[in-house]
Amino acid sequence: MKLYLKIWRQTNTDSNGSFQNYEIDEITPDMSFLEMMDVLNEKLIMEGIDPVAFDHDCREGICGSCSLFINGRAHGPDTGITTCQLHMRKFQDGDSIVIEPFRASSFPVIKDLVVDRKSFDRIQHAGGYISINTSGNTQDANTIPIRKEDADNAFDAATCIGCGACVATCKNASAMLFVSAKVSQFSYLPQGQVEAKDRVLNMVKQMDEEGFGNCTNTGACEVECPKGISIKNIARMNKEFLKAKL
Amino acid sequence: MNKLNSKIPNGPLAGKWTNHKGKINLVSPSNKRNIDVIVVGTGLAGASASATLAELGYNVKSFCFQDSPRRAHSIAAQGGINAAKNYQGDGDSTYRLFYDTIKGGDYRSREANVYRLAEVSGNIIDQCVAQGVPFARDYGGLLDNRSFGGVQVSRTFYAKGQTGQQLLLGAYSAMNRQIARGKIKMYSRHEMMDVVIVKGKARGIIARNLVNGEIERHSAHAVVIASGGYGNIFFLSTNAMGSNVSAAWKIHKKGAFFANPCFTQIHPTCIPVSGDYQSKLTLMSESLRNDGRIWVPKEKADAKLIREGKLSPVDIPEDKRDYYLERKYPAFGNLVPRDIASRAAKERCDNGYGVNKTGEAVYLDFSHAIIRYGEEKAKVSGLDSSDSKLVSKLGKEIVKQKYGNLFQMYEKIVDENPYELPMKIYPAVHYTMGGVWVDYNLMTSIPGCFAIGEANFSDHGANRLGASALMQGLADGYFVLPYTIGDYLSNEISTGEISTDLPEFDKSEKEISAKLKKLISNKGEKSVDFYHKKLGKIMWNKCGMSRNEKDLKSAIKEIKELREDFHKNVKIPGGLNEFNEQLAKATRVSDFLELGELFAIDALERNESCGGHFREEFQTDDGEAIRDDKKFKFVSAWEYNDDPSKPILHKEDLEYEDIEIKTRSYK
Repeated sequence: MKLYLKIWRQTNTDSNGSFQNYEIDEITPDMSFLEMMDVLNEKLIMEGIDPVAFDHDCREGICGSCSLFINGRAHGPDTGITTCQLHMRKFQDGDSIVIEPFRASSFPVIKDLVVDRKSFDRIQHAGGYISINTSGNTQDANTIPIRKEDADNAFDAATCIGCGACVATCKNASAMLFVSAKVSQFSYLPQGQVEAKDRVLNMVKQMDEEGFGNCTNTGACEVECPKGISIKNIARMNKEFLKAKL
Repeated sequence: MNKLNSKIPNGPLAGKWTNHKGKINLVSPSNKRNIDVIVVGTGLAGASASATLAELGYNVKSFCFQDSPRRAHSIAAQGGINAAKNYQGDGDSTYRLFYDTIKGGDYRSREANVYRLAEVSGNIIDQCVAQGVPFARDYGGLLDNRSFGGVQVSRTFYAKGQTGQQLLLGAYSAMNRQIARGKIKMYSRHEMMDVVIVKGKARGIIARNLVNGEIERHSAHAVVIASGGYGNIFFLSTNAMGSNVSAAWKIHKKGAFFANPCFTQIHPTCIPVSGDYQSKLTLMSESLRNDGRIWVPKEKADAKLIREGKLSPVDIPEDKRDYYLERKYPAFGNLVPRDIASRAAKERCDNGYGVNKTGEAVYLDFSHAIIRYGEEKAKVSGLDSSDSKLVSKLGKEIVKQKYGNLFQMYEKIVDENPYELPMKIYPAVHYTMGGVWVDYNLMTSIPGCFAIGEANFSDHGANRLGASALMQGLADGYFVLPYTIGDYLSNEISTGEISTDLPEFDKSEKEISAKLKKLISNKGEKSVDFYHKKLGKIMWNKCGMSRNEKDLKSAIKEIKELREDFHKNVKIPGGLNEFNEQLAKATRVSDFLELGELFAIDALERNESCGGHFREEFQTDDGEAIRDDKKFKFVSAWEYNDDPSKPILHKEDLEYEDIEIKTRSYK
């Protein structure tokens, strides 16, 4: 396959970026998208051009590092996957591909396609935990039965990988899906009840302080979420928030 | 002179940990506030240790090279975590988990450490549930279990195929709580470049900020290495792209012994290699072997037709299939330990029964499980269990519930539907049992420097059982290190803050800066990946699933030559003081090129076959491993000696008081 790539290049946070064009040959359909980027970078290195920086680590769709906006879609033209799970068989010979970083004012660009998502960590610092110390004499794990349905719902919310596709996709750059996934996980579990009120208030406060936008129920985040986190979680967070405020 | 003192407490095995905890020195809460601890790595071991040390009151500084601690590669562990809870009432106990782990490790792990691991395993589950980790539950609301390789009980707790993710996010949340309190200072996108030793004690690290390239000095009263394993030395492995040995290697070069480097786990169920461009391999959880049956065609002719694309596996009748694990190991069948399953797959493929284009793949087939589950579901729901279409539909739904994300992952990569066609799998490098030598307190041979999780060597011997890596990571971080480190730190209460202006910091920083400068100004011709791939090929072909004297000797020579060439001819673009992934990668590959040689030397030295270390010279007529307990019942602990080619071997003899040493058999 021969491809025409249009890639966002930016030296650092303070500099202005721009799109650069690259041509690449001998790409096979079984390659992953990031392997295609590896091939490009090897070529650039040999030509004495600075390779394209992009975040990636596990390359199996679970660490949440990779974060490209490909042809206008977070994680590219497939659903239920991260960029590292996208394969070149989704493209045709001769295609043009536009590759951008996840764009949001709360995700400043570090270099090229690498963005800073520390704002996500800071939201978790604000309340994404249950305050329990490691003592070795916590009560037995089976002391409190939890309905299978609740445990499954908690799990589904907990599978968020914190990649930021929801923010990059949302026209308001809202982080509601991300924040609600954590609030929702704990709201389904008895262990999460004790601090429920403070948790939702503090996490939402931090979310606002970080400059993320609000939710206007478009639902694009759910469509693009690689883990299929449901916007029902946003409704649930709103309910928790309201309960806490009353 | 033997420099190794494992510091195993005296007394009966079952009481060692409790007695030890009762006797070791403590640090009072008011003194903990004045003590700093550095933790490198934020996987299960590092995150749980950071959180617990901070809860106890120490000032913790945590480092990870990723953009967030949540990205550490523990996140990718799929299948589960073992614990001797005996919730299923199937005869499990602390002793049985201990026994299975020692036997699974082929009698090359340290008895007292393994017993302690089994002893605290139950606490891990309690702790995680209290943190809100959503483990799988049954309809009664209690925790569910499944079975893993090498054992005959169901003791594995799981959260679908994302157990590692859920446990890591649990530990990450515990860290977040301490970050919010200011007790943990988090340094993400930082790489540890060196450990600083002052008067014989670990007193800090030199780190590089990966965003702007700045070299930083960080001091502490103790340094904990939790940087994971070194499987990426093979280039292709199931490790994350950034996983590396550098932190462990840096302390090794400053005096920490490196133990059993050749003990590598090659995991039997991974998606086979498909091309030269490939950057990594993807694991399919061992939990799949609960329900999947492994087979190849009985006839070589059939295998050939499959390879040529002229025959589909579903058209091969039952009597023409060789379920070779069930045939060779009837007692454990598809759930034999990983080393055995991997070798058996290699044996079949080497003999011409492989089933993909490259001839290096076997089938993992769920068609029987789909029918079994489907019939059961039909009966429970009052439906017609003789309707094969209905049964297949119901069965697929249940398999989807159990392994949905794994099946989806497979389909995205291979572009085949595993509900209809059997999966194709082949062994791949997955985990390293070897690592930094530690004593019972998890302290390395450098005072004040500790190693936990996959980075150390102590618990898995020559082969790790499935679902035990998560157990060990969390046991070390939550329940072992936070106690044992106190014994060392009790002597540091009057030390006071350690200055980073000490000459030792100066020296170390200068060395690192000079090394980086040399790398970046080396105007060579080949990329870092060129060398990494080349090293990987040597490792896989000569130090992989089976090894022999001749190949190992040539590997030693080739790795040395490759290393010398790397330093002459590597080309690294960009500058020092900027975000430069190639430079970061180059420092890691440069360490792999040194470790590789030690790895091969260790494999050559160990003239026996045990666990994942299979030496072709030492096997029975039917290809089973021959272990040599008379000569090799010891841990090889290597001391660095100014040159990667001339390590000094120290031996820690392994003594087993509470377990009878047997030839491992899963027949």
